[in-house]
This record gives sequence, C-alpha cells and structure tokens, in this order.
Amino acid sequence: MKIGLDVGSTTLKCVVLDDDNKIIYKSYKRHFAQITESTIELLKQLQSEIKGAGDAVLSVSGSAGMGMAEACNIGFVQEVYATRLAVKSLIPDADVVIELGGEDAKILYLDGTMEVRMNGSCAGGTGAFIDQMATLLAVTPDDLNELSHGCEKIYTIASRCGVFAKSDIQPLINQGARKEDISASIFNAVVNQTIAGLAQGRPISGKVVYLGGPLTFMDGLRSAFDKSLKLTGICPDNSLYFVAMGAAFGSDIGKNTATLSESIERISGYRTEGKYLACPPLFTSQSEYDEFAARHAADKVEYASPESYKGKAYIGIDAGSTTVKAVVMNENRDILCSLYRPNSGNPVPIIREFLTDFYKKYPDIKIASSAVTGYGEEIVKNAFAVDFGLVETMAHFFAAKKFMPAVDFIIDIGGQDIKCFKIRNGAIDNIFLNEACSSGCGSFLQTFAGALGQDIAEFAKEGLLAKAPVDLGSRCTVFMNSSVKQAQKDGATIDNISAGLSISVVKNALYKVIRAASADSLGEHIVVQGGTFLNDAVLRAFEQEIGRNVVRPNIAGLMGAYGAAIYSMDCAKGESTLLDAEKLADFKHDVKVVTCGICENHCRLTVNTFDGGRKFIGGNRCERPTLKGGSSEHYDLYEYKLSLLNEYNTKPEKPRARIGLPMGLNMYEMLPFWHAFFTKLGFEVVVSPRSDRKLYISGQQTIPSDTVCFPAKLIHGHIEALLKSNVDAIFYPCMTYNFDEKLGDNHYNCPVVAYYPEVIGANVPDIADHKITFIRDYIGVHRPKDFAVKIYEILSKYFKGLDKTAVKAATEAAYAERDNFLIKVRTKGEEYIKIAREKKMPIIVLAGRPYHVDPEINHGIDRLVCECGAVVVTEDAVSHHVEKFKVAVLNQWTYHSRLYAAAKYIAGQDDMNLVQLVSFGCGVDAITTDEVREILEREGKIYTQIKIDEITNLGAVKIRLRSLFSACEAKQRESGK
Amino acid sequence: MEHNCNNCGSCETGFDPVERVEFTKEMKKDYTILIPNMLEIQFLLLRNVFRSYGYKMELLTNDSRAVVETGLKYVHNDTCYPALLVIGQMIDALKSGKYDLSKTALMITQTGGGCRASNYIHLLRKALKKADLGYIPVISLNLSGLEKNSGFHWTLGLIRKLVAAMAYGDMMMLLANQVRPYETVKGAADKVTTQWVNQLTDEFAAGRGFAKRVMRSYMEKIAADYAAVPVDRSVERVKVGIVGEIYVKFAALANNHLEEFLASEGCEVMVPGLMSFILFKTDNRIEDVKLYGGSGLKKGIATVLFNYLSGMEEFIIDIINEQGVFKAPTSYAHLKKLVDGIVGYGSKMGEGWLLTAEMLELIENGYGNIVCAQPFGCLPNHIVGKGMIRRLRELHPEANIVPIDYDPGATRVNQENRIKLMLSVAREQLASKQPTKADSTQNSYKREPAKV
Repeated sequence: MKIGLDVGSTTLKCVVLDDDNKIIYKSYKRHFAQITESTIELLKQLQSEIKGAGDAVLSVSGSAGMGMAEACNIGFVQEVYATRLAVKSLIPDADVVIELGGEDAKILYLDGTMEVRMNGSCAGGTGAFIDQMATLLAVTPDDLNELSHGCEKIYTIASRCGVFAKSDIQPLINQGARKEDISASIFNAVVNQTIAGLAQGRPISGKVVYLGGPLTFMDGLRSAFDKSLKLTGICPDNSLYFVAMGAAFGSDIGKNTATLSESIERISGYRTEGKYLACPPLFTSQSEYDEFAARHAADKVEYASPESYKGKAYIGIDAGSTTVKAVVMNENRDILCSLYRPNSGNPVPIIREFLTDFYKKYPDIKIASSAVTGYGEEIVKNAFAVDFGLVETMAHFFAAKKFMPAVDFIIDIGGQDIKCFKIRNGAIDNIFLNEACSSGCGSFLQTFAGALGQDIAEFAKEGLLAKAPVDLGSRCTVFMNSSVKQAQKDGATIDNISAGLSISVVKNALYKVIRAASADSLGEHIVVQGGTFLNDAVLRAFEQEIGRNVVRPNIAGLMGAYGAAIYSMDCAKGESTLLDAEKLADFKHDVKVVTCGICENHCRLTVNTFDGGRKFIGGNRCERPTLKGGSSEHYDLYEYKLSLLNEYNTKPEKPRARIGLPMGLNMYEMLPFWHAFFTKLGFEVVVSPRSDRKLYISGQQTIPSDTVCFPAKLIHGHIEALLKSNVDAIFYPCMTYNFDEKLGDNHYNCPVVAYYPEVIGANVPDIADHKITFIRDYIGVHRPKDFAVKIYEILSKYFKGLDKTAVKAATEAAYAERDNFLIKVRTKGEEYIKIAREKKMPIIVLAGRPYHVDPEINHGIDRLVCECGAVVVTEDAVSHHVEKFKVAVLNQWTYHSRLYAAAKYIAGQDDMNLVQLVSFGCGVDAITTDEVREILEREGKIYTQIKIDEITNLGAVKIRLRSLFSACEAKQRESGK
Repeated sequence: MEHNCNNCGSCETGFDPVERVEFTKEMKKDYTILIPNMLEIQFLLLRNVFRSYGYKMELLTNDSRAVVETGLKYVHNDTCYPALLVIGQMIDALKSGKYDLSKTALMITQTGGGCRASNYIHLLRKALKKADLGYIPVISLNLSGLEKNSGFHWTLGLIRKLVAAMAYGDMMMLLANQVRPYETVKGAADKVTTQWVNQLTDEFAAGRGFAKRVMRSYMEKIAADYAAVPVDRSVERVKVGIVGEIYVKFAALANNHLEEFLASEGCEVMVPGLMSFILFKTDNRIEDVKLYGGSGLKKGIATVLFNYLSGMEEFIIDIINEQGVFKAPTSYAHLKKLVDGIVGYGSKMGEGWLLTAEMLELIENGYGNIVCAQPFGCLPNHIVGKGMIRRLRELHPEANIVPIDYDPGATRVNQENRIKLMLSVAREQLASKQPTKADSTQNSYKREPAKV
C-alpha cells in the first residue's frame, strides 16, 4: 500500500493505492491556507479509516507541500514530475498533458523529446484567475461554466496575465455585454494564455490529456481547448489525482521516506511560526488602535435627514469598476442618502432601483442637477439623461477639497484602480494611475478573503493586531499570490497574512504607482479615499509607511459620487435633465451585440438602447460608429505617417527577385530606406500586411519569451504572413546601430530591435529549417560609406550578378529617400501645428517609437487624442528643433534621444503637451520615462505616460487624457487671470 | 565600450541637471570607496589589487531584505533587478551609519553597450540625489573613457594586475566547484580557497604575484592543492551549469543563493568565469570594425588587449590541463566557434552571443542541465537566452535548460520548484545512463537545510 498526497495552492488531494496500484481511497478538499492542520486532519482520518495504512509509505507532492515535506523528512516528488510518472503508467500513449491547477499552468510533452513547461513568474494562475473572474461577474465558477455554453460571441481578452484580463472584462461588463459571451471569452483567454505562454512554438497535437481542477470541473474550458487546438482531448478518470498518484508511484525516488504514522507524528511536531520575513505590527495594543480610530472619526461630512428635507438636492453618481456609488446632497452639501453597491456587472439596474426608490420615498425633494463619473459614466449618462459627466480625477478632487481645503495630494485605492493626484495651485498638477501590472489591489484583497471563506471587512480586521505581518513585497498581484504561498509554507497565520496583504497594497501604491521616495515628496496635506481605505488595516499601513497622519473622510468610499454631486451643484443650470419618476417608470434597456463594419477593425459593439431612443454604444475603438454622419475634422500625424508608409508599394517592371520585409519594429523607420534601395536595384519589395489580431495569433506559437514587448511579438505574425506570400527571400537585418542624428552620445537600437531577427531565425520552423532565404546579417547604416561596401558583400552571398556601382547608386537613393520621408513628416507636422495655432486647438506630441504608428500597437490612442479636440504630432516631427543637450542619463539610443529632444522642445511651447507611449515590458523605457518626466517637470509641464500592451483599456487611457486636458485648462485659466 | 563620442564631460551645453561629483586627487587620500560584490573570490582579489594602489576599497556585503526595499524605493521598479540590487545595496550601506559620509565614494562598472546596464551609474546618481546623498562621488569603472576622475587613473600596471587577480579568481572558483561536491571532509575545498586568497592578499600587498613566471608557479600550486583534497568520486553527481545575465548569474544576493541550493540538492555546479566575458567585450570592438567599418587604430588597441587576455586564458587552460585532474575552461576561440551559425557575432549587447555559446559549451562538457538565470524582463536575454533555447534543444535534444527569472517579487519557492523539476529530469537522465548508481546518488548525500 502507498499513499500519495498532493498539496496544491488551494486544495489537498490524496490517494491510497494498493499493491496493484489501484486506488482504494481518494479525497479532494480545499485547505483554506491551513496546510499543516488540514494535512494532519486528513492523514489521521486515513489512519483510522483504512486498515494497515499507518505502515504505508507517504509521499508528498505539490509546491505548497515542499517545505513541510523537507522539514519533516517525508518523501517529496516535484509535481510536474509526479504528473509525468502517473501519465506514463496510466496513459502510456499520451503525447501531451495540459494541467491547470489553482495557480499553475503546465504543459508536458511526452512524445519525442520529453519536455515540461510551467508558467513563468508573469503568467498568472489559472484556477485562481477563473475564480477571480467569476467573482467579478458575481457568479460561481460552476455558473461561469454553465453560462459559457450559451455563448454567441467571443470577445478579445488579454491572455497574458489575470490583471490585464480583468481590465478588459470590466469595460465589457460596464458596457452591458452578455455574461454568456464574457464567460466563454474568459475560457478562451485561459486557452490563449496556456498556448502562448507555455507551448512557445511547440505544437500541441496527438493524444492530449487534460488534468487538474479547472479542466476536470469545467467542460466549457475543455471544449475551448479542443476548439483552439482542433482536436479532442481526453479528461481521464481521476484527473484530479494524477499528481497524488504520481507522488505515490515515485515514493522510492526521494531521499527521504516516512510511513503514514511517522508522518503524522513529524508533521504534528512541525512548527513553522516566525520563519517568514515579517514587518512591524500595525498596532501593538488595543488602546493604540482605539486612539487611531477616534482620530479618524473626526473627519466627516454631515448627514441630514431626507424625511424632513424639502427643496433642492443634487445627485452624484460614481459608476466605478466594481462598485456603484451614489450620493444625494442638500444645498448645505450634507448627505441626504447614499448608495454603495457591488456593480454585479451592470450599473444600470442598480441606479434605476436607487432612483425609483428615492422618488417614491421622498417626493418633496427636487433634484436640481446631476452628474456622473467613473468607468460607467457614458452608459449611465445616456441611460438616465444625467446632466453632466466628468472625469473621475476631477470628481475626487472636488470632494477632497471639502475635507481639507489645502489638500495637495489625493490617493484613491478602489476595486482595481489606484489613482493619485498631486495638486498645485488649486489645479491637478500630476496624475498617477496604476499601470496594467499593479492594478487590482482592492479586489485582490477581496478575492483573497473569498478564498479563505471570509468577507473582506472581516478579513482585513483580522490583521489589525497581528504580531508579525508577512512581508509580501510590492509587486503585481500575481507575484503576491506566490508570496502568500511561500508565507503559508513558512507557517504564516491568517492574521499575519491579512496584515501583510494590507501592507503590500499600500507599498504597491507608494512604490509601484507613485514611486515615492519619501513622505515629503507626496505632499503635506494628504486625503486618502476609495473603498479599500475603509479598512483600518490599510489606512494604518499607509500612515506607517509614509510616517505622517492623513485624512480619511468618513465617506472614503463615496468620494467620487460626492465630488460629482458638488460638481453638479456648481454647474447647475436650473432644471435637471435627469429622468424623473414618471419617465423612470417607463424605463427600458435592451442590449444587442453587432459587429461594426465601418473599418477593418471590426469592433464588436454592444448597442444599448433605452426608451425614448437614448442610445449608448460600447466596445468601439473609435467614434465613427457613434457619430451621426460624416467624420469629424482631425489632424493626426500618426495617420499621416501611416498613409505615407503605405505609399511605398511601387515595384520595378521586371523584378529580379521578390524581397519580403516584415512591417514591424524598426521597419517602420527603415521602410523608405530599404524600399528605395531594393527597388533601385531591381528587386520587388513585398511588405507584410497591416497588423491585426489574426496576424498576431498566426505567429503566436513561435514566440519564445512571453515577457518581451508586444511590438516584438507581433513580428512573428508578419513573418508568417511573408512566408505565405511567395517571396524569394525575407530581409530582416540585425542592426546594433541606428542612424546617428547627433542628438545623443551614441545611436544604438535597443537590444530587442537590434537583434530580434536572431529570435526569428531560431524560432520560426520554416526559417530555422532553411526553407526560405532569410537575410538577417548585421548591417550598419550609421556609416554610409562603409554601408555600400558591406551591403554589397552581404547581398552577394544571396543574389548573383549584383553590380558594385549599382549598389552604390541604390545606397544614395536609399539615404535620399529616408531624408525625403523625414522632411515630409516634419513639414506636415509644421502644417498641423500651424493649423492648431490658428484654430486654438491644443497640440499633443504623442511620443513613442516609430512602430507605435501601427494601429494594432497604439490601439487608436492617436485618434482618441484627436477626439478630445487636440492635434496629434509625432516626436520625430519636433525633435530636430533641438540641439544635443545634456541629460541625466546615458543618452545612447537613437529613438530615445528623440524623446528627450521632443520633451525639451515642447517645454518651451505653451500650447503643447507631451504624452509618452510606452510598450509594456520595454526595459529601456524604465530609464526614458523618468528622464522625460524630469525634463518636462523642470519646465513646469505635466507629464503623461500611457502604457500599452497586447490589449489596452482605452477607458483608462481616456481618463488620463481627459485629466490632462482638464489640468491644462485649469492652468490656462490660472495664467489667464 | 564601443562608445563613439569621447564624452569627457567637457561639453557644456546649458543647464546640467545632474552635476557630476568628481572623485578628486584629494579624495583618494582618505575616502573609502565602496564597491558591490558580485563574485566572492574574484572581487576580493580585485579589491586587494586596488588597495595595493592606495585606494581604500571596501566590498559591500549587506544582503538583508532592506537592500531590496531600498532599491525599490529609489530606483524605477521596472529597471532590471541588478540595478535595483546594486543601488539598493549601496544606499543601504550609506545609510547604515557604518561609514563617514563625508569621506565615502562609490564605484560601479559602466560597460557602455546598447543595454540598459550602461545607465546604472546614472540611475545610481539619480537615486543618490533622491536619497539626499547627491554629494557622494561615484566613480565609473570603464575602459572606454566614458567618464574620468582626477583621483582615479588607469595605468598599464593596474590593468595587468587586475587581469592577473581575475585569472587567479576564475581558476580558484572553477577548481573549487569541481572538488566541493566530492570532498570527503566537508569544507576542505573552501579551506584551500581561503588559504590561497589570504596568501595572494599578502603577496599583492607587497606588490608580488603578478609576474607570469610567479603566476605559473602559484597556479600550479593552487591546482595541486585542490587536487590533493581527498575526494570520493564513486558516485556520479548531477552536473548543472549556470549561465545568464552576469550579475544574476554570479551574485548570490541576486539569485537567491542558487549555487548553495544546487549544492544542497547534491549537484556539481559549473559557472563559466569572468575572463570570457571580458574577452567578449574586448572582441566586440574588433567585430564592430569588421562588420561596419571604422578606425583601424581602435581595432588595433582592442586587438592588443584581446591578445593579452587570450594569452592569459591560454595560460590557465594549460596549467589546468597539465595538472590533469580537472576540466579546464573552454577557450574563447572555441566558444566563438561553437556559436557559429546560431547567433551572429554582432549580437553584443549585454552578454550577447556569449550566453548562447556558454550554454553550448556546458552541453559539450557534460553540464547539459542548465539554469539560465536572468533578471525579469532582461532585454538581451529575450534574444540570446530564452530566444535560443529552442534552437539548442533541436541541436542537442538531451539539453535540459530551465530559464529562471529573478526580481524583487519572485519568490524563492517558485524558483526552486522549477529548478527541482529540471533536476528530476536530470536525475532520470543520469539514472538511464547508469542504472546501478543512480539511486545511491540520492541516498548517499547528506544534505544540510537550505537557508530561508
């Protein structure tokens, strides 16, 4: 008899095998982070229930069981290896195993070269991810599975990390997309994540086996895998227990052995308390806490009784990402009544109910004005004919002023956003929103509490008097998950984990989002708000971390709504347009999903129609489907640059060969150059098609590093497209150096741009197997004279009969065409700037890299800026105005030198602002962003950065842009006075 | 290193946002210079060489969690982990109260390639400023003339002695690693190391130990001393190679004591030394001219240095081979040949093609179980590390490579779990080669508890 125990991140799985390796007992249960206790309980039960079990050898597997097994000298088998042992013995003809667990995703290739792949530190857990998404939709994971069967449409949801996926799903929910479709889309995202992140180019085929909890319990997930892999995988009997069985099979390979009864004895004596890294406690005594509570109780807005009030009132609504908040206040700005409710995927019915109820209860109160803010601003504004909409940042500022007129810093931690703003001279001066990878903090606490079977308030409270809070660091939630895992392994108790999580939320906000070096750099008068700060543990951690007392209004969760109410009062026009009781009674809301056919984006639109013809369309990337007739006038240098690049399509009459150029990364810069060069030499240049989702997916399988930037990943799709376009050769040279524009100390490309051709050469099978001529030689364009000589040598390796003089002439043509292209861009830039100045439009320098012109990479942010009424120019249209100047970093990359120069230039232009586009995972931008910010702030300019990835939530981008424009307007008003 | 502008700090273009604090002649007299510790043996010896030139140099050894926290506080969190650690370690040390801040300077290497690493020094200065320590002078250790200080000078003698120290260090690390897992008396190999480090320290202080003839005699003695350590090689160990980003690969602070962990799992560890990296960086200048054209003079100077270093490398290889017990390091020339047709020689940022070559070298030498250690999001590693694994597996199906990312948030349990998986496969491979010995490998090894 053998016993295998699999200690997973969330569950305990145990099997007892007889001497013929047949299962005679199995058990599966959640351990709620009480690993040692649950294990002992389970093992004791085995001992008493199964005769002879006490002398059987116990073997442990699972990452959460590693520490315990080692400390107690119990046999341990690494979990993937255990799976492999089990599959080898039970399904010997299996080719590939896909195993999803609570927080792990694994693929095992058994055919040919045995290989095992586990998710990296960036790819979030899958079981926990599905749980989290279910929570977001307010359904159980089982419901999610059921719902997925009724799907009609699949939405694109980021597949890399749970946090990104979440910010894609939230807008869908807010726009009223069907839960069925969202559910299926979530499964689809898990599939993409597994395939893109783990398979990394190795095809999944043959007999595929599905293992682990999520794949066992959710047939919707299995069929999503089947569909994507174009095969039918099997989910064998006992698919939950393969790791446990593998552990039992491998009980003789470890260096330790112990029988069940020995194990029980050792584990019972296993004390792990205090081995993890700890922070100082939040409170050392109850009296310290009481004092703290009393101090904060003083910061409050008054409540007035609605029953006795007659007269004008103002409504503010904050349709946030996870909660809906509303405030009704009287003319003294006292609160008459309020609402704070989880959003359950759709804010419309909640607000309808609130308003209906309000009208019924208080017929004597007259609503004089209303305003809405938050993620759901547009749908709510349309649904209820709300008077005003305002950007959330402004709403919070208005509210904070009420508590602390001298407020100079506001931090708001909500469900999944962190928002901080600095206030200078009464205007919002600087805004920090959390970037994709650190979001989700409030809801992370909630999900974690849920996993432990508690509600968030209760969970957070537990940490208040914890003696040794776990030090969990300050990274994204996925990392925190594994830090918690580690702490549990080391025996951290729930109160210490709870306190640790609260502290890490704070650290995340301070060091990840704001990147504050000291309390002084934040400000002197700090207001904290947002639902997450309602937890005293988080509030205390914040004060401890910055070493300063702050104000938490008693309505910390309602500040957005309260600010909106104040705004509506300040802007009141006399009569409110808000639906009255009568109109509300006839309220109707229909949702339809259609595919937009206006452009090739084919956005999936959710069309919300309300009674009386009010309408709201969500899911659109541009305003074209929502505009009534004719596109608006706009000046967008991104669009111009793209159209200019599209013009490089001429070819010689009788081409000597067809050369394919992948249109990605630096090819956006180099196309005019190479096109002129090759055309002049008599080659036909074939450019890969415009990027889109399909093109990206087609190359996804060959991406070897899942943490590289999206523009680099996209190249794989372009290469696939070229492979299908019947070209004689693909030309994608390595380029350590870029053109020397004399703006910096050197003129490098970044390592990824410079050497990505090597990655293509090693990872795209057709190219690695030399099925096509792939030219990836090292070429330097920074030395024009040497270039002609070297390129002749290089090309002669691949093509016969090249002529040296012709190559020289082609070289001249190439450099000339590059200059020509630059001049065109600059001239058009000048023209747009002139128009903007005539029309008094703000000018935004949307600064990034040449390849950020690709709409699949910039997600239409250029158009979004235009829609805000600004003119968009590029960094390379203004950088030439500046002479080389000294910066505080080593200025050695050509593209980045342009950023510094552009920042320097606009600092002297009143009507210009700079918005920097940063690709997620761009290591170089960790350096450039700080420097660009410093250059701008030295001149009193506002710095705005937008991080973009595979998928980008344009809603959040819009907040940033609107806040920037609001702040600029405020500044202008100030200086105008 | 391949810097074009001879930026001497003299171009005065307007406002200088960060006025560099120079390390002056006067400071040399009584300032303590703090340097980060990347490699135990080599850096200790390098420090001793600097001391013999009158620099009061200290290696930083602080490695508590506070180092990471300090780094997170003062460095952009998306910057690579080595920068965060090194800067965190320096500021943590400065704030420890151990040093007289009016008499303390910092030193950091600056490679000047297209990788982010060339910017560490600037990030360090920014961080110092943020921490109100902007007055602390920072010395750039580079051979490209990127930044100069009147209190710090390169001399041929200094360079020669540093190279010698590095050669001693590389050799001792290599041999100790080949002895330690098999020694019958625990700690015997490390004893040899300590004894020689002490002896060389005394020699260096007296200005001795650098002449080639003397080096040969010492190195022969060193090899003999390691060879004399009583060992039991009857049990074959799992052989694991470590490659990766240079700091993460070498520094225990960055890789969560990877070598110790592998030792506790009963493995023999091979870590390719510093010499090939320095050769690589020198060779890059020669390759640059070959690929793109350029000054023959620059190429000439680089060639002189290159030849000197290759001579030194050959010297060590000969001595080890003559000794006969140990596996000598692979020559740079052979490394370069190994990677031919896989990655181009123009791939020079960060560890460049050398990283791929080192994986091939390890596979060739029987260390096909490889941990590829890199900072999370390391740019060159997308290309030459993770980007090449697939190709290497096609060429060498038995290669068992696991890439591990290191950053402030990554937990040791996850990293070790992944390494354990690699080791399970490695043990299986070993067992299938020698079915009789495999089991005893597991059981005979008495492991000590891993430090948490």
